[in-house]
Amino acid sequence: MTDRSSPTELIPDERIRPASVVTRILRRPELGAVLGLVIVTVFFIGIANPVMFELSGIVNFMAPAAQLGILAIGASLLMVGGEFDLSVGSMVAFAGLIFAACVVTFGLPLPVAIVITFACAAAFGFFNGQLVLYTGLPSFIVTLAFLFVLRGLSLVGLKWATGGATQLRGVREAATDTPLDAFFYNIFSGDAFEGLFAWLAAHDWIAKFPNGQPKVTGVPVEIIWFVALAILAAVVLARTRYGNWIFASGGDPNAARNSGVPTRRVKTSLFVVTACCAALVAILTVLDAGSTDARRGFQKEFEAIIAAVIGGCLLTGGYGSVIGAAIGSVIFGMVLIGLTYTSIDQDWYLVFLGGMLLMAVFFNNIIRKRVTGER
Amino acid sequence: MTTPILEMRDIEKHFGSVVALAGVSVSIQAGEVHCLLGDNGAGKSTFIKTMSGVHRLTKGEMFVNGEPVHFTSPRQALDAGIATVYQDLAMIPLMSVTRNFFMGREPVKGIWPFRFMDMGFCDRVTREEMKRIGIDVRDPGQAVGTLSGGERQCVAISRAVYFGAKVLILDEPTSALGVRQTSMVLKYIDMVRKRGLGVVFITHNVRHAMAVGDRFTVLNRGRTLGTAVRGEISADELQNLMAGGKELADLSAELGGTV
Repeated sequence: MTDRSSPTELIPDERIRPASVVTRILRRPELGAVLGLVIVTVFFIGIANPVMFELSGIVNFMAPAAQLGILAIGASLLMVGGEFDLSVGSMVAFAGLIFAACVVTFGLPLPVAIVITFACAAAFGFFNGQLVLYTGLPSFIVTLAFLFVLRGLSLVGLKWATGGATQLRGVREAATDTPLDAFFYNIFSGDAFEGLFAWLAAHDWIAKFPNGQPKVTGVPVEIIWFVALAILAAVVLARTRYGNWIFASGGDPNAARNSGVPTRRVKTSLFVVTACCAALVAILTVLDAGSTDARRGFQKEFEAIIAAVIGGCLLTGGYGSVIGAAIGSVIFGMVLIGLTYTSIDQDWYLVFLGGMLLMAVFFNNIIRKRVTGER
Repeated sequence: MTTPILEMRDIEKHFGSVVALAGVSVSIQAGEVHCLLGDNGAGKSTFIKTMSGVHRLTKGEMFVNGEPVHFTSPRQALDAGIATVYQDLAMIPLMSVTRNFFMGREPVKGIWPFRFMDMGFCDRVTREEMKRIGIDVRDPGQAVGTLSGGERQCVAISRAVYFGAKVLILDEPTSALGVRQTSMVLKYIDMVRKRGLGVVFITHNVRHAMAVGDRFTVLNRGRTLGTAVRGEISADELQNLMAGGKELADLSAELGGTV
């Protein structure tokens, strides 16, 4: 070290091989989810009624997958940011109540009701975030409290709005009574691309009934929302400054803060986004069913987190993928609906849920070690 | 002597009734490595934090390029070109080298809402900066967790240099490293000096200090015991000084009254 003028030469390390395409693929957080999807698809192609993979069958399992997927997108962003939200399922019920009460009880126009629903959800998300950040308590516990608080509020609110019942009906009628309402109704409910599907059926590209009507009249809007949100969130996470901040806030909040990342703002915004995802699911499902009830979104928080974990999110934060979580939701939808196309008892679904979670966590652990070079 | 880029004069820092620093004076010239030695509890960490704007001084003066300054936040110190690389390095093991390198200062391009991180630019800069210090990052997309401790330290230093540091404060950069990795870091400290930056190298390892240091200041019990120039002091003498041993009196004469 005494010779200070020696130029620094590259120190080639023969023990490290250049990263090949294969290693790059193995480093993707979505890998586990893609493998899971392939396995599940092969399984159902093998044993299920082939109707499942016809267009109508695909729409059948994609609709519940999309509802879960929207929640999982929010959950996965929040998990990458290093926090949990166990209150999303209850938030679906609560937002559903707010939305239905606005439309039916107060008779507000649909767009106004939608804005109020999102605003309420965002306010609760913000409050959740602030509570976690200022108390320094684990978000797991804080949002567990809200799991019960919001479920309880939904019950109380429903009884108040209906005069004693736990179901609020008549949303569809109240939501379509003016042209403006009908316009918004079509964004959040029904099918999209109906013209295209009719045209495809007319040209015998897709299955149709004897009267010429296509068997599938269009793509349910929740699938459109799901795909659009998944792409948007994936781009934000992977390609924007905010996305880098999410990874940093989840990976090591202290290091991130020292590097100038506003971790508090990032985490708060993620809680808001997660709550708004729940509100969107509430609006979509309430309009679809025409009513809301207190059990809406029951246990969805766990399913959303499991989908996020299957998608490669680490429970410790700082690593994960939105696309993975979306694929995780599709796996869910496939199994939930797919079992009805087989002779297997549908209640195996819950067994599958637990098994899949264990496998995913185990697999993620291996992936994480591979990524960090831990041994 | 030219104006030092950073000068700390008679710095005192009290925490309630605890006197952490009781009169510390250090000046850092451009293009020198100024080693700050001290045993545990000597006040090294407190002193770093006053230099980098985390703590406010209780007493004393601070000058940047001869101008008096009063930092109230780390951001101000950073804006004045004083960058600190702490022991935890502010690196996230699960994130890629590139994402760590630009964390908090991501370059973006495009018009809102299509403002994306310029990943091509980031990867290129990271690879070039790493190559310059002799680390061949084949894939800037690999996670920082796969790098060795020495490489991580070098990434943290080069990040500070790349983002315009004039004075670089390194908090025990070699304390947890093996021999080869230590030499890698020391070599890089030497390169940084040649680029005209002032380096404050905090350590309690006299051999590491002697390897790259131009001047040496010993901290003991919250005081500076004097600054010695390279060649005027031996490793043994520094070691004794750090320990606050009996040889203090002899040394103080040798240091020519700078105590």
